[in-house]
Amino acid sequence: MPAVSKGDGMRGLAVFISDIRNCKSKEAEIKRINKELANIRSKFKGDKALDGYSKKKYVCKLLFIFLLGHDIDFGHMEAVNLLSSNRYTEKQIGYLFISVLVNSNSELIRLINNAIKNDLASRNPTFMGLALHCIANVGSREMAEAFAGEIPKILVAGDTMDSVKQSAALCLLRLYRASPDLVPMGDWTSRVVHLLNDQHLGVVTAATSLITTLAQKNPEEFKTSVSLAVSRLSRIVTSASTDLQDYTYYFVPAPWLSVKLLRLLQCYPPPDPAVRGRLTECLETILNKAQEPPKSKKVQHSNAKNAVLFEAISLIIHHDSEPNLLVRACNQLGQFLQHRETNLRYLALESMCTLASSEFSHEAVKTHIDTVINALKTERDVSVRQRAVDLLYAMCDRSNAQQIVAEMLSYLETADYSIREEIVLKVAILAEKYAVDYTWYVDTILNLIRIAGDYVSEEVWYRVIQIVINRDDVQGYAAKTVFEALQAPACHENLVKVGGYILGEFGNLIAGDPRSSPLIQFNLLHSKFHLCSVPTRALLLSTYIKFVNLFPEVKTTIQDVLRSDSQLKNADVELQQRAVEYLRLSTVASTDILATVLEEMPPFPERESSILAKLKKKKGPSTVTDLEEAKRERSADVNGGPEPAPASASAASTPSPSADLLGLGAAPPAPTGPPPSAGGLLVDVFSDSASAVAPLAPGSEDNFARFVCKNNGVLFENQLLQIGLKSEFRQNLGRMFIFYGNKTSTQFLNFTPTLICADDLQANLNLQTKPVDPTVDGGAQVQQVVNIECVSDFTEAPVLNIQFRYGGTFQNVSVKLPITLNKFFQPTEMASQDFFQRWKQLSNPQQEVQNIFKAKHPMDTEITKAKIIGFGSALLEEVDPNPANFVGAGIIHTKTTQIGCLLRLEPNLQAQMYRLTLRTSKDTVSQRLCDLLSEQF
Amino acid sequence: MIRFILIQNRAGKTRLAKWYMQFDDDEKQKLIEEVHAVVTVRDAKHTNFVEFRNFKIIYRRYAGLYFCICVDVSDNNLAYLEAIHNFVEVLNEYFHNVCELDLVFNFYKVYTVVDEMFLAGEIRETSQTKVLKQLLMLQSLE
Repeated sequence: MPAVSKGDGMRGLAVFISDIRNCKSKEAEIKRINKELANIRSKFKGDKALDGYSKKKYVCKLLFIFLLGHDIDFGHMEAVNLLSSNRYTEKQIGYLFISVLVNSNSELIRLINNAIKNDLASRNPTFMGLALHCIANVGSREMAEAFAGEIPKILVAGDTMDSVKQSAALCLLRLYRASPDLVPMGDWTSRVVHLLNDQHLGVVTAATSLITTLAQKNPEEFKTSVSLAVSRLSRIVTSASTDLQDYTYYFVPAPWLSVKLLRLLQCYPPPDPAVRGRLTECLETILNKAQEPPKSKKVQHSNAKNAVLFEAISLIIHHDSEPNLLVRACNQLGQFLQHRETNLRYLALESMCTLASSEFSHEAVKTHIDTVINALKTERDVSVRQRAVDLLYAMCDRSNAQQIVAEMLSYLETADYSIREEIVLKVAILAEKYAVDYTWYVDTILNLIRIAGDYVSEEVWYRVIQIVINRDDVQGYAAKTVFEALQAPACHENLVKVGGYILGEFGNLIAGDPRSSPLIQFNLLHSKFHLCSVPTRALLLSTYIKFVNLFPEVKTTIQDVLRSDSQLKNADVELQQRAVEYLRLSTVASTDILATVLEEMPPFPERESSILAKLKKKKGPSTVTDLEEAKRERSADVNGGPEPAPASASAASTPSPSADLLGLGAAPPAPTGPPPSAGGLLVDVFSDSASAVAPLAPGSEDNFARFVCKNNGVLFENQLLQIGLKSEFRQNLGRMFIFYGNKTSTQFLNFTPTLICADDLQANLNLQTKPVDPTVDGGAQVQQVVNIECVSDFTEAPVLNIQFRYGGTFQNVSVKLPITLNKFFQPTEMASQDFFQRWKQLSNPQQEVQNIFKAKHPMDTEITKAKIIGFGSALLEEVDPNPANFVGAGIIHTKTTQIGCLLRLEPNLQAQMYRLTLRTSKDTVSQRLCDLLSEQF
Repeated sequence: MIRFILIQNRAGKTRLAKWYMQFDDDEKQKLIEEVHAVVTVRDAKHTNFVEFRNFKIIYRRYAGLYFCICVDVSDNNLAYLEAIHNFVEVLNEYFHNVCELDLVFNFYKVYTVVDEMFLAGEIRETSQTKVLKQLLMLQSLE
C-alpha cells in the first residue's frame, strides 16, 4: 500500500509548515505568519485569476494558520469557490475550510448551500460524501432547513452507494440533534429501520446510531427495530470469528456494532416472549464467551470482547427482569474485581453499582464486600477508589451498614482531598438511613467531625441536631458523648457547634454527674469560645442563656461573662446584641417566663434529609448514580410514549386500579354483615410479575386496624416505599400528613398518589389535597397534606392508590387510608347518673348494637383504657357498678349533625370474651363504631 | 456520543482537534488545556478513563502522542478505547508507520481519515479494510 509522502501535492504548504516549525520564538513565528498572510492576501487580490491548485494551496495555508490559533478574516470566498471545482482535492480543501471555520455570514451560507446542493445532486458518490460530511460537521439550522427533506431520500433510495448511505444516516442524525423540529418523521422511518437488515455492516453501524437517537424520542415509530436488532445481534454473536471478515476485530465479530445494537435495545423494555427468548440466548452466549479461554493474548482482543460484555450487562440491568442473568452478570463482574487490568476493575466496580440497586442481584453484589473494601485500601488510581466508595454506598443496607460506615470512616483518614466531602456526605446519609441504634448514629457523626471536620458541611451538623431533638431516647447519650468529645484540647469548630447546641438543650440530662456539673459544662464550652468564629460564638451565647434557665446555679457566672466588655461592647453587632439582650432577659425575667422563652426546642418537622439533596447537587451528572437515573429516565421516556410499552401493558390490560377499588366500595356497606375490613382487596398490586410488592397485602389490614386508636405511624412499607402518617382531628375537621419515603437509591418517576372515595363515601367525607411532585429522589421523602371534612357519618374508608415507575417497572399500590368515623369523636365527661339516664333514652332497638367476641390480645386493663381513650371517647370512671367494666361517652361531630354516643365494654376474663355495647342516636353510627372498636381487643 | 477528539503531544501541542458540539474558540482552547492537564499526570497503572466536567475522556498514549476521545458518561468505555486503537492502526497503515510529523504535514488528510471513521459524533465505519480502500480511492483522485 503506497504511503503518503510529506505534504505531497502542495510543496508550498510543506515549505511553509517547515518554516513555522523552525521558528525559534513566538515572535519569529508571528512574523513568518504575517508575511505569509500578506502574500496570500496579495495573491487573492491580484488581477491575475488564480488557478485551482494555487487557490487550494493558499486556502490550506490559511487553514493551517487558523489551526495554530491565529484569527483569519479573509479567504472565505476563495474557499467557497473551491467547492464548485470538479477536482476532488480542491473540493475537499474547500469543504474542510468551511467545516473548520464555520461562519454564519448569510451571503456565504447561501453560496455554500448551493454548492452542497449541486454536489448532493451530482450522483458522484465522492462529492456526495464530501457534501454530507460538511453538513454533518457544521449542522447549522440553515443547513437543516435546506437539506432535512433531501437527506432521508438519499438515505433510503435503492441506488445510493453504501458509503453514501453511511454518511447520510449520520448526517441526518446530526441535523435531528441540532434541529429536531426540522426533521419530521415520515415514510422514510420504516425503511430506515430496515437498514438494520442491510448486507453492509458499515451501513448497519451508522444506521443503528441514527435509529437509537430517533427511538429515544419516538419509541412507537421505531419499535419494530427491537426484533430486527435482536436478530442482527444474534447473527453476530453466533458467527464464527472469521465469518464477518472485515468487521472482525482481533477475533471478535463486529464489536462496535454489537455494542450499538445492545444500546438500541436499552431504549425499550424487555421485548415480547418470542423475541425475548432469542435475546436471552444472545446474552447468555456473550456471558459464556467471557468464560472461554481468550483467542488472543492481545489487549485489543480482551477489550473488544469486554466492551460487548459490559454493554450486555447494561442491558440485563436495564431490563432488570431475569434474575438468572443478573446473578451471572454479577459473578462475572466479581471476577473482574480481581483482574490485573485496572480498566476492568474500574468498570466492574462501576457496573456493579447499578446491579446493587436491583432487588434480584443486590444480595449477590453484597458477597463481594471484602474485595471492594480491599480495593478502597489498595488501588493506586484515585478514580478506582472513588468507584469503590460509590459501590460500597450502593450495596449498603441494614445488614452491612455498620461495617461499611466503619470502613468509609477509616478510609476518610487518608482519602484524597478531592473526594472527602463526598465521602462525608455518604457516611452521614448511610449512618442516618440505617441507624437501628441512634447512639451509633451520634458516634458516627462525631467521628466524622473529628476525622474530617473541615469537610463536614452545615447540612450534616444541622441534621444530627434535628435527629437528636426529635428522638428523646438518644438525647442523654448525645449530651454525654459531645461532652466527652469536647474534652479534647483541639476540637473542630463544628464539634463546638454541635456540642454547644446539644448541651444547651440537654445538658441537664448529664448534670447529675459531678464530673459534668453545670459549671464544668459551662467552663468547657467557654474555654472554646475565644477560638471560634462569630457564628459559632453567637450560637454559644444562646447556649449560655439556655443554661441560665436549665441551671439557675450558674446564672451569676454567665451574667458575668455576658456583662464583660468583650461581649457587651463587641465590635460585631450580632454578638453585641445577643449579649445585651440575653443579659437583660436573665435579669428581668421571672423563672416562669425564662422557662417559657427558653423552653426545649420542639421537634423538627419530618423532612427530606438535606444532606441527600446536597450530595446530589455536588455529584453532578458524571456519577454512577446519576448515570443510573439518566438511564432510568431514558427508559421512562420510552415507556411514557403514546402507547404503553410491554412492561406497563400488563398493568393496562387488567382493570384499572381505581375501577376495581370502586367495585369494592360498591359492595353493600354491610351494617349487619362481617366488618368490611374482612374484604381481601386491600392492597392490590397490578405490576407485572417481576415486581415483588404483592406479598404485602396481608400486613396492611393489621396496619389499618392499628390506626383506629392512634393517629401517627407507618401505614405501609415494602422494599421500595414507606408510607407514614401523622394526623390531627378537631370536631368534624381533620388534617392528615402523608409521608412517602423512597427507600431505594433510584428516583421514582411519575409518582402519583390518588385518593379514591367510593360513591356513597364521597357524599359523606370531603377530602382535599394537592398533587405531589411526580419525581421522588432516591432516599427522599415527600409529604402530602390531606384536609378532611366529615359531612355526615360514613362506613367505608377512602383508598390511597399510589402509582409510580421504578426503574423499568410500573408499581401500583393501594392501601386503605385510616380515616374512620371515630376520628371525629369529642369526649364527653358525665356523672354516673347522667350516663344511665341517657343510656335509657337510647333504648330504641335500632340505636343499640352489641357484639360478643373473643379476645385477640391479652386482656390488660390499662391497655384497654388507653385504647378507649385513643378511640376518642371519654373514659368514665366510677360509673358502671361493676368496676371491671369500661364505659365511655362522646359526641361524633359531622358537618350536618352531632351524634351522642355511649359505649360499654364488659370483659369476661374467664371466658376470654368481651361484650361491647354501643348506643347512639343513629343506627349506622352505632354499627360502625361497634365494628371498629371490636377489632381492637 | 463523541463530544470531541483531540490528539496532543506531551508538550500540549494539538495535532488534531475535531469538535462534535458547538464551543466558541476560547472554550475550545480551555478544553484543550484542561484535557492536557488531566491526562498527562496519569501513569501507566491508571485506567484509560478520566471523569471530565460532565463527560469522560477515554484516552490512550502512543509514544509521545495522547489520543483522547471525550464522550458521554453513559458511553461504553472499552468500545471507545478500541475505537482509538482502530483509528491509530488505520493511520499507521495509511501513512506507513505514522509519526507525529505525518500528522503535522498532512493535517488536512487526517481530517479525511477521521470523517471516514467518525461522523456526527458517532462511529461511522469500523472496518480497516473498507476505510483504507476508500482512502486509497480518494488518494488516486489527487
